[in-house]
This record gives sequence, structure tokens and C-alpha cells, in this order.
Amino acid sequence: MRGTEALAVTADGAVFRGRSVGAEGIAVGEVVFNTAMAGYQEIFSDPSYAGQVVVMTASHIGNYGVATGDDQADKPWAKGVIVRSLSRRESNWRSEGTLADYLRAHGLVALSDVDTRRLTRHIRDHGAQPIAMGSGVDEAELRDAAATAPHMTGLDLATAVSTPEPYVVDATGERRGTVVALDLGMKRDIARNLAAQGYTVHVVPASTAAADILLRRPDGVFLSNGPGDPEPLHQPIETIRGLLGQVPIFGICLGHQVLGLALGATTYKLPFGHHGGNHPVLRLADGRVEITSQNHGFAVDPWALADGSAPDVPTDGLPGPDLLPATMTSEFGAVTPSHQNLNDGTLEGLRCLDIPAFSVQYHPEAAPGPRDALGLFDDFVTLMEDADATA
Amino acid sequence: MPRRDDIHSILLIGSGPIVIGQACEFDYSGTQAAKVLRKEGYRVVLVNSNPATIMTDPEFADATYIEPITAEVIERIIDKERPDACLPTLGGQTALNVTTELAKAGVFERYDVELIGAGLDAIDKAEDRGRFKETMEEAGLATPRATYARSMTEAMHAARDIGYPVMIRPSFILGGGGTGVAHDETEFIAKARYGLDYSPVGEILVEESVLGWKEYELEVMRDRAGNGVIVCSIENLDAMGVHTGDSITVAPVQTLSDREYQEMRDEAIKCLQVIGVETGGSNVQFAVDPATGRRLVIEMNPRVSRSSALASKATGFPIAKIAALLAVGYTLPEIANDITGKTPASFEPALDYVVVKAPRFDFAKFPSASNVLGTSMQSVGEAMAIGRTFPEAFQKALRSLETGRAGFNADAGESTYGDIPDAQLLERIAIPTPSRVFLVGEALRRGMSVTEVAAASHYDPWFVDQMAEIYEVRADVEAAQLLAAAADDAVLPVLTEAKRYGFSDRQLAHLWQRTEDEIRDLRRRLGVTPTYKTVDTCAAEFEAHTPYLYSTFEDEDEVPPADRPRVVVLGSGPNRIGQGIEFDYCCVHAAFALGDAGYETVMVNCNPETVSTDYDTSDRLYFEPLTVEDVLAIVESEQPEAVVVQLGGQTPLNLASQLAERGVPIAGTAPASIDRAEDREQFSALCRELGIRQPPHGIATSAVQAEDIVDQIGLPVLVRPSFVLGGRAMRVVYSYEELTEYLDEMYGGVTGDGAASTGAGFDLADRPLLIDRFLEAATEVDVDAIYDGHELLVGGIMEHVEEAGIHSGDSACITPPPTLSPEAQDVILRATEDLAEALEVRGLINLQFAVKANDVFLLEANPRGSRTVPFISKAANVPLAKVAARVMMGATLAELRTEGLLPTEQRPDFVSVKEAVLPWNRFPEEDIVLGPEMRATGEVMGISDTAGVAYGKALLAAGLELPETGNVFFSLADRDKAFGLAAAQAFTMLGFKLICTSGTGRYLDHYGVPNELVPKVGEAEHDTLDLIESGQVDLVVNTPRGRRARSDGRQIRLAAQHAGIPALTTVQGALAAARSLQAGRGAVAEVRSLQDWHS
Repeated sequence: MRGTEALAVTADGAVFRGRSVGAEGIAVGEVVFNTAMAGYQEIFSDPSYAGQVVVMTASHIGNYGVATGDDQADKPWAKGVIVRSLSRRESNWRSEGTLADYLRAHGLVALSDVDTRRLTRHIRDHGAQPIAMGSGVDEAELRDAAATAPHMTGLDLATAVSTPEPYVVDATGERRGTVVALDLGMKRDIARNLAAQGYTVHVVPASTAAADILLRRPDGVFLSNGPGDPEPLHQPIETIRGLLGQVPIFGICLGHQVLGLALGATTYKLPFGHHGGNHPVLRLADGRVEITSQNHGFAVDPWALADGSAPDVPTDGLPGPDLLPATMTSEFGAVTPSHQNLNDGTLEGLRCLDIPAFSVQYHPEAAPGPRDALGLFDDFVTLMEDADATA
Repeated sequence: MPRRDDIHSILLIGSGPIVIGQACEFDYSGTQAAKVLRKEGYRVVLVNSNPATIMTDPEFADATYIEPITAEVIERIIDKERPDACLPTLGGQTALNVTTELAKAGVFERYDVELIGAGLDAIDKAEDRGRFKETMEEAGLATPRATYARSMTEAMHAARDIGYPVMIRPSFILGGGGTGVAHDETEFIAKARYGLDYSPVGEILVEESVLGWKEYELEVMRDRAGNGVIVCSIENLDAMGVHTGDSITVAPVQTLSDREYQEMRDEAIKCLQVIGVETGGSNVQFAVDPATGRRLVIEMNPRVSRSSALASKATGFPIAKIAALLAVGYTLPEIANDITGKTPASFEPALDYVVVKAPRFDFAKFPSASNVLGTSMQSVGEAMAIGRTFPEAFQKALRSLETGRAGFNADAGESTYGDIPDAQLLERIAIPTPSRVFLVGEALRRGMSVTEVAAASHYDPWFVDQMAEIYEVRADVEAAQLLAAAADDAVLPVLTEAKRYGFSDRQLAHLWQRTEDEIRDLRRRLGVTPTYKTVDTCAAEFEAHTPYLYSTFEDEDEVPPADRPRVVVLGSGPNRIGQGIEFDYCCVHAAFALGDAGYETVMVNCNPETVSTDYDTSDRLYFEPLTVEDVLAIVESEQPEAVVVQLGGQTPLNLASQLAERGVPIAGTAPASIDRAEDREQFSALCRELGIRQPPHGIATSAVQAEDIVDQIGLPVLVRPSFVLGGRAMRVVYSYEELTEYLDEMYGGVTGDGAASTGAGFDLADRPLLIDRFLEAATEVDVDAIYDGHELLVGGIMEHVEEAGIHSGDSACITPPPTLSPEAQDVILRATEDLAEALEVRGLINLQFAVKANDVFLLEANPRGSRTVPFISKAANVPLAKVAARVMMGATLAELRTEGLLPTEQRPDFVSVKEAVLPWNRFPEEDIVLGPEMRATGEVMGISDTAGVAYGKALLAAGLELPETGNVFFSLADRDKAFGLAAAQAFTMLGFKLICTSGTGRYLDHYGVPNELVPKVGEAEHDTLDLIESGQVDLVVNTPRGRRARSDGRQIRLAAQHAGIPALTTVQGALAAARSLQAGRGAVAEVRSLQDWHS
């Protein structure tokens, strides 16, 4: 796929050459890489990528075109896209058009023909950081733009991508009840999965207060995924504190992080995050491994709620279970780590033992990625039904 | 769950000889398994009849049995070794089949041996198509509509129900043998009957045809906790209808959306679960309707397969090694990913490159076969290439095949396509053949649309469009020709683009009418040189600790700095008949020996099946084509002390002179010496000088001259065109008439399309005819030796069973030589030493002699590793390839003795026989006679105290089950009768009844050998053919009289082949077979480990 010559420059000054294959103009954002080999449309349209430039590590992107059903939001939220080879022709029976047209139609700046492996290694070794990219612009200008761009830490991006008004997604199949979903940047496939379980999903803005949520008489509250740093999300955290113990809660990704903060844990920025569809997660309850879809730059530190402190990650050999505390104590009772990332030992899920609430750092709804953890939606249903039965 | 402590010793079953559909990938998997199980502290008992495997090197197991892989023999091994468990999933279909047989006979139960990896029920469910289908449907996975049949009546019924076209698939087969598509009833009757015969259980599946659908394969790993991961996804360029082994395949999949891929993934994991694969790797194959996305499960293998080897090499995830660990109880999260060292094996590799595998064919050796590809595998090898994009990997794969092509056309090989009319071109694109892919290129060159070409070829339009991009870059290259002449800088953009699209220097040289050297110089001046990237399983997310590299043209180079002197070992490329696992064995040994000696070893190869391309074998692995361009670039990057070219067969040898001329240091024997041995005239002069006799010979550049030479040296003669290797087009000619025929055939025809040379169409001026006096009834002898400049080390002298004139690769051989006189052996050894000295050999030399009475004639001398090195290494207990590698790097034999690498003690006291294995079952119309052109795909070894028993073992291992009693049909060519008499007498003594045609009968009568007459073919209703077809013959001994296609002999041999009756086509073979029968079946089934023989 040919296009005009274009450049991308990172905040620390590394220059990458490629060709412009998307919209005209300049894009600036935090550069992250995603190792998923398919599912580019779901990734670009995931609101969790708001403010970020996504490097796809797979060689060819755009091969099977785009299809409306794969969108996770009304529009792609990523700031820009960098790939090795953008397909000019797509081929798949579901395709409704080429990715290049989709990117242009939505004003996304995209670079192709880039040594994306070098860029990925750069991010791995020097951390996630701003990047500026575009064509018809000189290197110095991009360098300045990247160097002066804000970093993600401390930015409230979730409120900005959340729905301005509440809306309802109807249950599909036999109706079981109502779930209120606190929208911090929710992917469509999450709502689809909740609806498929028979729940009417009330999607409410990130700023919604606990009382307003409880007014909807939900069977459970879902805390969605979303972009950026969880710490500045003071209102959602407050909301959750108002809901804990009142109603069953299930959180995914950013939803997991804000639940952690609501319980009194802390969060921190990972060096370059987890973005891809091949992350092994250990289910601590039964030792089973789920291959998961992931997209986050921050993580929950469970040691803030536990005695002792985090041991050092081993320099060789596999990270072990001792990297997580056995139990945690919060003002809402006992909490246990439920899932662990096997690549780096980080916390991937937690479960409250005294109140009905649990969360995972990864994406059980997949879209894109493996669907090993789809059962978590069933777990949420069980939690809601049990709460119902004891109520 | 940690490793199991309740088992201590494990029986590992190998896959036996290399055959089509089952090649060195199982040596790779078996070696990995043996290594890791021993490391875990288990006692490993291994059985494999193939001596050319690394896994049968005695240091890889505690007890290594080079014995026939039959139930009877394995039961003896179990009885002797009493293993706690048997791991049957790493030895291909051979291991699975024998395991099924053993289990059904109750052997495992009797000896309390546990099957680990896959249980009998899982094997049966996966292999029995009826049960497979049932299991899939119960689990909600769709399969093609199908019915299985055990008789022709059932089969016909099924076909009518489903409607044509239908697919016929025999149960329990490997490599798709006997599988086929029938478009109508006539075709169906023939193919169904063959399929029923072919299936060892007499069962076929009659199935809805999914021809033209997209084909996918997923490689799945599962542990006993139930965790499942997909190691690799593979998409076939060739649509359903072409066996995966014969298809060009691509990893990862390219044309599925994530939604479709994840559904397929879930089904693949589900498939293993419901089949009941407890632990290990399996592949699941899917067909997808390109128009609707409808997806069907086609089949699964509950074992490590050819695709697993490909997937391991394509991703860096060592499937067989991990499968072995899972089988002994570990779970995926407990095992570390070797490459990162600190992430677990419970993950799915992410690829940031594209892998293309291309098959290699040898159709020219089997003239009876059409070159149309189908559901029965016919390729003999494969090359894999890695690039950052599909176009780059695709072009690299095509040039890796060594079929004379420099990439996706843009080379001399494309010249013949220009004459094909458009309509015919599209028709030919619709038929899957080895050359189809190049015709697709030609269609794109002509400007045919991607849609049109995709429709004709059933290639997915995405791939065709990527190919079209290659053609657009080519057009830019062509347009830049004038620029190239003007100023270097002007071509920089187009040159860079071309290299990024995988164009080789040879292609650019062709397009710009320059030399390859000029292109390389231009690139260097402009700084367009390859960068090497790492295969790391994780798309750079984590740091990699294994330098497994491939080239591309990008910004960043990842070659790690080295701190020790480096030696590059050039591998042997894709397997082909005449060059396969034996050479890979030698290369692997070189890497081991040089690594032990403190060098940093650098392997270059492009064959995904091999042990050499395991990233564990060398310190650094470059998965690259073996061309001058690619090797020079690696040499430039690595700056090695030397490059080893002696051990990888003809592939690296062909590069040797070119590399040396460009300043590359070659290890050991100088390329000039290699050339000197190959140049007939120079070599003859040398032999005269040294007083070494050769058969009378001459070189002809015209038909008249050829006849003159024959006048001088006399008939029969051995003829072949010069510069043709591996016995290609070589023939024994008994009359002037046959000589004329041969000249017509070789020099009168037209050239094929170059995808695989057809052997015809040579030009006498370019390739003069080499004529040798053919020594009839002479014994052929092979010698492998090492010379260090001071001393000769003879690995062994091998006496061939079949007479000189039959290619050494197709002939059985025995060592130590049973009939050679000490005087003849002396002459041979003296000639070997004299030649090694005169040729200044440093390393290996292989010589072939013909011995008649006590006259010794030298046929050939090759200063390089030979096909017999692994066999002789085991027969003599001397690690020849390791010693040779060290000698090449300057060590002396004396030093190696001191060091302990070279044993000083006496040679082992046993007889070893090597027997060749031929692919007749893949080419059912092929006449099974042996000749000067090699056609064997593999070899087996038999070891015993006597030659008879050792030969019997080798025959059994090669799949030839000799009858113990019954009728032997004898029909001999006149020239074979004298020798045949001894064989006939031997069979009579054993109690066999001889049945003969009139000529042979009269001859035997004359010597008082009782026999019964049978009418010749067509002479009566109950003729020879009828006798064979009706099962009244138990063994056929028939030697060829000539090359006539419709000869009686050919019909007899084919009838025997189709009736499954063993047929021997040489009198020497027949005599040796009789001797092995004299030794008795019990002796043949007796087992003894290699460690025991060597001690």
C-alpha cells in the first residue's frame, strides 16, 4: 500500500519512517503496542485506546476489511495507527470495505511500512511515551509535539469518553433482570454479553452517583473498561464506595482498577502495559489458565491492602504466586486475589469475600481475542441470583 | 501439578524410515522428547529403525533399539526393558499404528505399560473417521456430510446419497495415501476399491466434497489440567483438494477476522477435549466456505505432526519438547518458554512476521505419475521462509526450494510462460501443479485482474493481490533500468522497495541485465543490506535469549554481539530424493562437535522439518535460503572463522566455489579439490597418475561420437548427461538401439516449465553425454573416510547387496563387507588414501568402487560427507561427522583421540545392513525396478551377528514381510540366471515351491531345481498375472529385461505391488532374502540395544 512519506517521532526522540495511509494531518498520543494478530477494528474502536497511538505488531493489518458488527463504539477512539503493511485490498465474506477507507472516513492518521518491531522494542525498553506522527511535516515539529505532549498519568480520560446521557440496551433472550453499567468507556461487546444473559442494561455516565444508580433497582452493577489512569476518577470511585455491599458488582479492566481503589488499594503505571490477545492468566481458585484479551497501562497494587510488601519479581524463572498476597483486608471486609498474570505476576482479578463484588483486569468479552473467560458473565449472573435469593 | 514420580522409564517409538508424508520432522520431535525426558531424570528406551536420525544416536537414550517398528519386535523390547510408560505421539502415524496394534493385542496390559500422551480410545476416535464425525457432531462441531463404508456396496450407496463429487478417505493412513475425489460413478468405483484395499482396516469414508474451500490448520497444545492453547494458525494458499503437505501454506492466518478466528480456536480446543487427547500437541484442520464463512472440521491428528514441526519453527514454540513434558505430568503454566526464559508456555505465540512454507516435488523421477496435486501427498520435502511481510516470505520460500527459481518469477525460468495463450493460462491455473504458482505470476504480469486470477486458482484474493503488489514493484524495477545505468542514487528507492518485497539479487540481475555481483555491489554502495530480526514467540514484548534470526530489509538489526570465534554450518535445504535427513544429521553433529570445541556455531538452513533448524542445536540459527546472496550476507554479519560446506550434501557444495571466490573461508577440503574430483577429465588424469583403475569411459557431444565411444569401450554402458546430480537421468544401455532411444529422450525433447526439471530437453553441447563401460555383475562398494593431512580414518567399507549400476542410495549394503577379499579391500584402502592425499582432503571423502573378481574399479570419489555417514557412524561406533567437523577446523585425528572424541578401541563385532525404502505406494503405476537413478526416500538399519539376520531385520524394517513358506514366482532376465540359480536353490532348500515361466524354468531344470511352469502373460487364461492376482503366489522374484513400458515383467511387478505381495527385483536381493529366511524368523525378531552392541 503506497502513500506519501510520513514520520513518527517519540518523546525521547526516536524517529520512524513510513508512509501515510490514513487521514491527513498530525496525531499525538501515548504510543502503545498491541500484539493481537487480528481484531484491529475492535482495537481501534475500543474507547480504552482514547488518547493513544496503537502500533500493531502483526505484519499485515486490514486483510479482512471492516464490518460494522465489529465496532466497539460509534467511532474509532485511537488517536493514530502504526503498522508494517496496510492491505490495500481486503478479502472476507463479512467485509463491508477496506480498513484504509474506514481510517480516512474517521479521520485517523495512520502510518504503514514502518519498522514496527523496532518501535515495539523501543517501547518495551524505554516505556510507553508520547509519539507524534504525520506527513508533510518536519521532524523537529513532530519531536516538539511529542516532547511536550501530556503523559497519561493523572489524566481523567474516562469521563471524556463516557456516554453523556444514560441509554438502555435491551435484553436478548429470556429476561432475567436489570444491570446498570457504569460507562467509563465501555465496549459494545460487553453490553452484548450482559444483554445475552437476559439483562436489560442501563448504561449510565461515569459521573452518575450511587443513589441514582440504586434508583434504577439494578440486580447488579457493572463497572466498564475505559482509558487511562484510574486514580483521577474520583466521582466513579466515590460512586462505587456507595454501592459496595448494596448490590452485586462486576468490574472489567478500568472497572477492576476503580473497584480496587474503592476498596482502598492503590494503582500504578506498568512500564508498557498489557495489550494483546495472548496473555496467560491463572485462575487462582482452580489453577486453570485462561488465555486473555488485555488492554491496560495501569494495574492494581494489592499489597496496599495486605501485610508485608511486594517481593521482587524474579530476574529469571517464572513469576510465582508469592508475588501476590494471600488475602487482603478492606473496610468492606476480606478480599482475595482471584487471578494472576503469568507473564509478570501482576494482579489480574480480585473477589470480595464478605460482599458480592469481583473484578478482572482483562477482557472476558474478548472482541478481539480468546473467549476463554466468557464464563465470568455467568459468574456475575450467579452472584446476582444468589444475592436475590438471600435478599 | 509437578512431574509424575510413579513412572521411571518411558518407551519412545520413532517413525522409522523417511517416506513421503513422514520425514525428518519426527526425528526433530523424537530428539526433543528424548532430550527433555532424560533431563527430567527418566530412563528413555527408544525404538526406531532409521539410522540417519539424531534420536538414534546412543547418547540420546538410555537404551536405543535400531529395530523394525513392528508389534512383535516392540513386544520383545518391552519384555526386555519393562518400561513403565509408552509415549506414542511423537513418532508419526507409524508409532500410532503400531501402538494401536500392541494395545489391541493386550501387550501394554500384559506388561503393565501405561500409554501416556494419548490413550487408545483417543487415537481410535481421531483415526476412525466414523467415530470422529460422531464425536464432533455430539460436541456441536460441523463436519462434511459423510458415511463410512466397509464394502463396495456400502460405498456405492453412500456416494449416491451424498451426490458427486465425493471424497474418498481410507481409515488409518498417513499422508493422505489412497485418498481421492471422484466426480462420477466410474471414477468412484476405481477409487473406492483402492481406498478399501489401502486402509489397513478396510474402511473408507465417503464424504461431501469441499474442493475449493479455504483450508486452515490450528496447532493446539493441551495439558492434563485441561488448559489449551493455540501455538500456531496456518492458512493454505492452495484451497481444499490439495493435501496440506503439497500446499503452499502461510502462518499466521491472514484472511480471517478475529470473530471467525476465535470461533475456530474454540472449536479446535474443544476438538482435543472431546477426542480425549489427555496431553500434548494435535493439529485440527478446518475448511471454510469463502462465500459464507461456513466452517467444517475436516480432521485432527492426536499426535505431533509435520505441521507441528512447521508450527514450532514458525513460532519458536517447541511443541514436541513441551508435549513430552506434558505427558509426564507437568502443566503448561509450570513450563517456561525457552526463548524468554521468564514467561510460561501457557500462552499463544504472537508473530510479527509471516512464514511461508513451499513443498518440493520430484516428479521427474516417477514418470508414471502426472504432476497434478491432489489429496494424496506427493511432495518429498519442503522449504520454509520467514519475512516481515507475505510478499517477502513468499519470494524467499520460492527461492529456498532450489528448483532453479530465483523467486516469484522475474528470472530465466519464466521464459517459457510467454508462449501460453491467455485462455490456456487460466485453464492451467485452475489445475494444481507444482508450477501453478508461477503461472499465476505470469497471469498477473499480463495484467489479468486479481479477481479473475483468484477465481481461476481458488487462491484467496488477498494473497493474489499481495502477489500483484510484487508485480507492481517488479514493473517499477523494470522501469528503473535506465536510471540504474545513469546514477546509483536514483535507484535507491526502487532497490529498497524491491528488497523489501523479497526480490533476490538474482531476480534484479535478471531484470536489469547485470550480474548478481554487480547488484550486490550496488546494494552495498547504497547501504541496502539485510537486517536480521529475531523469532521470539512474543512479537518483541519480552526480551529473547535465543538468537533465532531471519533477514529482512528494515531499520534495526538484532544480531547479538559474539564473544567466541564463529563457524557457520550450511545445511542441506529442503529434502529431496538423494538429499535428506542423512545430511542434516551430519550438519547437526558438526554443530554439536564445534560447539563442544568452544566455537560459537551458526546454522543456516531453510528446512523446517529438521533437527538442524531447532534453535537448541546451534548457538545461532539463521532460517534463510541457501543461496550465494543469503549466505554471503550472513557471513558478512557474523564474520566466521570458516564456513562448513562438506556436510550438507549438494546444496552447500554447489555454493562452495562461489563463496570461496568471494573471499569466504571454507572449512576443510578446498573447493578447488571438490571441483577437481567432479571434473571427469581432471579426475581421470589423477586416477591414471595414481594407478587407480576406472571403467573405460568417454564423453560425447554428438550422437555419432557417442556411438564411436561405445564401439571402443563395448556394451553395456552407463550413460548420463553431465552436470546432472543424484543419478538423475542415468541409465544402463545394453544395445545401440537403446542408446539411440536414450539420446532421443534426453536430448530430443523440449524443456519443461522449470518448476521441476523434467530431465528431458538437454543440449548435448551444454551437457555432454558421459559414457562409462557398465561392469555387469560387479559388486559395488562404498567407503567413507576422513583424512587430516597425515592419517586416514576409514569409517567403514560397505558392500552393496545389489550389483553395481543400481544407485547406491537404492541399494542395500552390508558392513563389514561379507564377500570382499582382503586383497580387494587392500586395493580399496590404498586408493582411498592416495586420493585423499592427492585431493588434499581435510574432512570426509566418500568413494564408490566396483569389484569384479578381484579387479577393483573406482567409480566415483567425492570429498564430502555422504548419505552413508550416519549409518556407518552407528555401524562402526565412530562419530564420523563430529570428527570430520573438527578435522576441517584443523584438529588432527591423533589430537581427537587424545581428547576422547575419537574412540581408540576395536571396532564393534557385529554386522550392519542398510536397506533403502522406496515410495512405490505413492506412485501405484510406477514400475518398481531399481536402476542407476535414485528413487529411495529413506533407509533402515538392521544389526545382528550375521549378515542374514541383519538383512532380515532391515527388510522387515523396510516393510517387506517375507513369507516363511509357500510359492515363489521366479522369472529372471538371461543375464541374471547364473546368479539366480543360487537364490532358487536356497528357496527350494527352505521348502518353497518355485513357479517359473518357460525360460527360467528350463534353466532351473537343467540344474535340477524342481519347479512348476506357468504360462507367460497373455498366453493362457490362467497366466502369471492371474496366479498373482488370485493370491497363489507368496513372493515374486522378477528381474527386469529392458525398459519397455508394457513388458510382461512390468505387469507382473505391478500386479504384485497391487496385490500386496512382496516383490524382489534383483537376484542379489533374492539371495540375501533367502539367507535371511535361513536364519529364521525368531532370530530376526530378537532385540538388542545399540548401547549393548557398542559395549
